[in-house]
Amino acid sequence: MIPAAFSYHRPKSVQEAVALLAELGENGRALAGGHSLIPMMKLRLASPGNLVDLAGIDELKGVRVDGNDIVIGAMTTQHELIVSNLLADKIPLIRETSLQIADPQVRYLGTVGGNVANGDPGNDMPAVMLCLGASYSVTGKSGERRIAAREFYQGAYLTALETGEVLTTVHIPAPAAGHGWAYEKLKRKVGDYATAAAAVMLTMKGGRVENCSIGLTNVADTPLWAQEAAKILTGSALDVVTIKKAVAAAEVITSPASDARGPAQYRTKMAGVMLARALEHAKSRTGG
Amino acid sequence: MARSQIELKVNGKSVEALVEPRTLLIHFLREQLNLTGPHIGCETSHCGACTVDLDGKSVKSCTIFAVQADGADIRTIEGIANADGTLHAIQEGFREMHGLQCGFCTPGMITRAYRLLQENKNPSEEEIRFGIAGNLCRCTGYQNIVKAIQFAAAKLNGVPFQEAAE
Repeated sequence: MIPAAFSYHRPKSVQEAVALLAELGENGRALAGGHSLIPMMKLRLASPGNLVDLAGIDELKGVRVDGNDIVIGAMTTQHELIVSNLLADKIPLIRETSLQIADPQVRYLGTVGGNVANGDPGNDMPAVMLCLGASYSVTGKSGERRIAAREFYQGAYLTALETGEVLTTVHIPAPAAGHGWAYEKLKRKVGDYATAAAAVMLTMKGGRVENCSIGLTNVADTPLWAQEAAKILTGSALDVVTIKKAVAAAEVITSPASDARGPAQYRTKMAGVMLARALEHAKSRTGG
Repeated sequence: MARSQIELKVNGKSVEALVEPRTLLIHFLREQLNLTGPHIGCETSHCGACTVDLDGKSVKSCTIFAVQADGADIRTIEGIANADGTLHAIQEGFREMHGLQCGFCTPGMITRAYRLLQENKNPSEEEIRFGIAGNLCRCTGYQNIVKAIQFAAAKLNGVPFQEAAE
């Protein structure tokens, strides 16, 4: 499996990358970790004439605190997310999710930026970013803009990112201390995309849900932010009846494809099961 | 298409080469450097037979272009043995514990285990299984591969290897 020929570019700065991509237009693609794009190129489902490798741009790496936000550079790998003490401390949901992505070799190279910018409904980070209320900084020829993750995904492989733009950083508002979190993913085997998965963030006060946010992976053309389900749960003690209602509200917004991972109906039900498990798991982690 | 000049280190030796940008690292290693230890198994980023160590990371060399490895320090199975030619503890473990049958996955398994043991000197069985989840073996059922890595960890740590009771 040999990809079609292309020219390779390795810019040293975001400015240089953006200028190149603007010049190349539809004939250029940004290369991050390459673990979605290179397999597509080998299958000749993608054959960009030019690859603009972002690996040489130091400013796109690393995790830092900026005011109330945690900022993650787009070229930070899943492995680097997993070993980041800052993330383990402030947003353990990220580590929990990264550990369920693909396998060790893929996690050494696969990046958070590639994962969120690709627009593949099978990617895990997008639903997590909806759940966390993240936003993305993107830079194009005409400058920088910020897009809320909840407004970024428009369809399968269709995002608010325009040709020539590079996603540079992911900004996540620091979650409240003592919050509970969980990412529950059903997959057939290591390396598989989710049959269905659910991300949950919640805070409890006096035994009742104070705040709750839910993201769902791979059960529609885009990641889903299950607002109605979260609304139902808010103020409740996470009792069985309320959880059932919330699960039903989450299931109703799904529209998965029937594929090798199961018929649509099954995948919808599994989204509900993952959500119920994630709620329970997240609740058990609240406090402190 | 214009070729790119790359310079890298492979198994401790400096290498300079011209590559087409679309040349995958596995093809470069096998066909240009004649390092046929890393195997082409699935060619779809799943099986791990092509695993090599690159700048302290285990990578599937079928899913990275050789141009991306410009400046990198790479170790393949050919570079795992000790400098005096004796087997590395992991290689010895695979021999002693029967960690292979057909042997096709073995170069990738050993190269992956090498990095795993660099990061975690004394992994639990669960950590070993999680750590080699990107390497498929269709013969052994993994049991003896896990033992081989446990054997190697014990040897590298200078403690006697105790096989878990079955």
